[in-house]
Amino acid sequence: MTNLFTSATDSFQSQPATAPATGAGRAVLQLTGIEKVYQTRTIETVALNHVNLTINQGEFVSVMGPSGCGKSTLLSIMGLLDEPTSGTLELDGRPVQSYSDKELARLRNHKIGFVFQSYHLINDLSVLDNVELPLLYRSGVGGRQRRQRAYAALEKVGLGARTGHFPSQLSGGQRQRVAIARALAGEPEIILADEPTGNLDSVMGEEIMDLLLTLNREQGTTIVMVTHDEQQALKTQRLIRFFDGSQVS
Amino acid sequence: MFLSYLKIAWKVLLRRKFFTFISLFGISFTLMMLVVLYALFDDAVGPARPELRADRLLFINRMILRGPQSQSASSVGYDFLNRYVRTLRTPEKVAVSERGSVNITLYVGEQVVKVDRCYTDGNYWAVLDFDFVAGRPYNLAEVRDAARVLVLNETVARRSFGSAAAAVGQRVQLEGQPYQVLGVVRDVPTSRELTYAECWLPVTTTTADLRDPGFMGDYQAIVLARRTADVPAIQAEYQQVLARLPIPDPGQYQEIKSYARTLLAHYMASHNNAAGQDGDAASFWRQWVGLGLLFMLLPAINLVNINVSRTLERAAEIGVRKAFGATGGMLIRQFLLENVLLTLLGGLLGLGLAALVLHLLNESHFIPYAHLGVNGRVFGVGLLLALLFGLLSGVYPAYKMSKLPANQALKGGIAL
Repeated sequence: MTNLFTSATDSFQSQPATAPATGAGRAVLQLTGIEKVYQTRTIETVALNHVNLTINQGEFVSVMGPSGCGKSTLLSIMGLLDEPTSGTLELDGRPVQSYSDKELARLRNHKIGFVFQSYHLINDLSVLDNVELPLLYRSGVGGRQRRQRAYAALEKVGLGARTGHFPSQLSGGQRQRVAIARALAGEPEIILADEPTGNLDSVMGEEIMDLLLTLNREQGTTIVMVTHDEQQALKTQRLIRFFDGSQVS
Repeated sequence: MFLSYLKIAWKVLLRRKFFTFISLFGISFTLMMLVVLYALFDDAVGPARPELRADRLLFINRMILRGPQSQSASSVGYDFLNRYVRTLRTPEKVAVSERGSVNITLYVGEQVVKVDRCYTDGNYWAVLDFDFVAGRPYNLAEVRDAARVLVLNETVARRSFGSAAAAVGQRVQLEGQPYQVLGVVRDVPTSRELTYAECWLPVTTTTADLRDPGFMGDYQAIVLARRTADVPAIQAEYQQVLARLPIPDPGQYQEIKSYARTLLAHYMASHNNAAGQDGDAASFWRQWVGLGLLFMLLPAINLVNINVSRTLERAAEIGVRKAFGATGGMLIRQFLLENVLLTLLGGLLGLGLAALVLHLLNESHFIPYAHLGVNGRVFGVGLLLALLFGLLSGVYPAYKMSKLPANQALKGGIAL
């Protein structure tokens, strides 16, 4: 099992995210019959109901639906932060259910980058230190290399001059850019963005959306974005709608 | 990674200053108490002058005669030590001295000076490492000839003659006889009960009968091993000698118990007649380590509570770290490091407070001639205790934090 995992990681490393999206169409995430049920003593809540979904490499997919329809749960399961109650999730063609917590952490570190609605930057760390975070947990990346890669990621989002700032010194849009830079620093194959523009005004929201589109177009990064904004969703390659835990389109 | 953890740890400490103050107060006060206790212990049994080579020293100072109806315990007779301990083959040297000190009166001109006296042989100065601030010790020939000479401690010399140097060569009267001051040594604290005195005299000047063949008496032997590894061999040789001895008054007693003990074992056995050669070390350490841990437990539980209650505050950070690849083990290491940093800081404060308390103890003369302080050993033990405290109070909260489900922590939307 460890060998499988290692080879998955290696195959990712041999294909940097900066390369153009060769082999588009290969399924990077495959969800088959995914169900998620939250159970308390008295209530059973079905968050996801038999979801079958394929995300191909290089795709920019948006997920829409009313609050509580299971969008974020879907993203958590795709991001290996939560386990489905039943069904299979395959990452790069390999089912992830059998992986240990440690192996899942390594997969998240190498393959997935997260962007959250409320940024979730660590206020006690500088912008540069925040962006270094994914590399901090990656073996074989030294301090100097970490800083170089974090700086490069910040340059990409136009914040190369703000490395020494702290999150509290930045605007909402800038914070979300830092969050995107953090997601990019580890050069992941997939970015999972949970309402990345939800806390921003329309102008800043557009900026962030343009940034994600550019990333997808120029670097071939696969992006799955949960959003409430129809206009933004229409800019992506595919729009999936959810209602009451089920995919409706 | 370590630097990043340190940065976070420092910021976390500064984030909630009141919590940090409460935590630091608890830690530093606890560690101060423990460090002061250890410093007192170290002052009594640590390798310091005159027992600088404590690892090579053995003390034979107690003899117990046991019978079915009665038991007799005492210090050892001079003649016994002369015949059976001086003749041991393994030691490098054997010194004999009075066991404990006796208060006597010296006359310095018109001045009456009360001092604690100790009779010793000539080897005493070679086996122990007294710090002579002026003059010299009496030698073997002077002891053989029962020369009326003596050595004073620095405080008595200063009080009587103005300075240590001025005391050397001066004459004092003791029991109607004139004695000459040969040397002055740095004060030995009373906590060093086996070598403490204010005035040392050749044993041959005593009026007591040194030829009394009784096994019991008022003396002790201080045995210097050639090297630390020889200590068990000396102890074994002494036991072999004892086994060959005829039991005095066999009608009353059936066995002789006496041991060549290290300074630490002597200390541990000092109030325990049943203690064996090692002073019943296991029981001693069990009791004291147990008490120490118990003493640390309450503030540790307090710190555990504070840390656990701060878990929520860190929930989103934990979620983000997990999302970006931190394993449970990495998070445990991070939070443990943060806690250890806090406790080390508390430890340093505790050491500072302990140094102050020890200074006040010295000034108060609570222990006469004590020079208590934070030496290397005390400092090391203080840091070790702080580390232990950090681990004790950090493991559970760190484990709790590492087990926080990332998705729930992130969904909670708790601001960092």
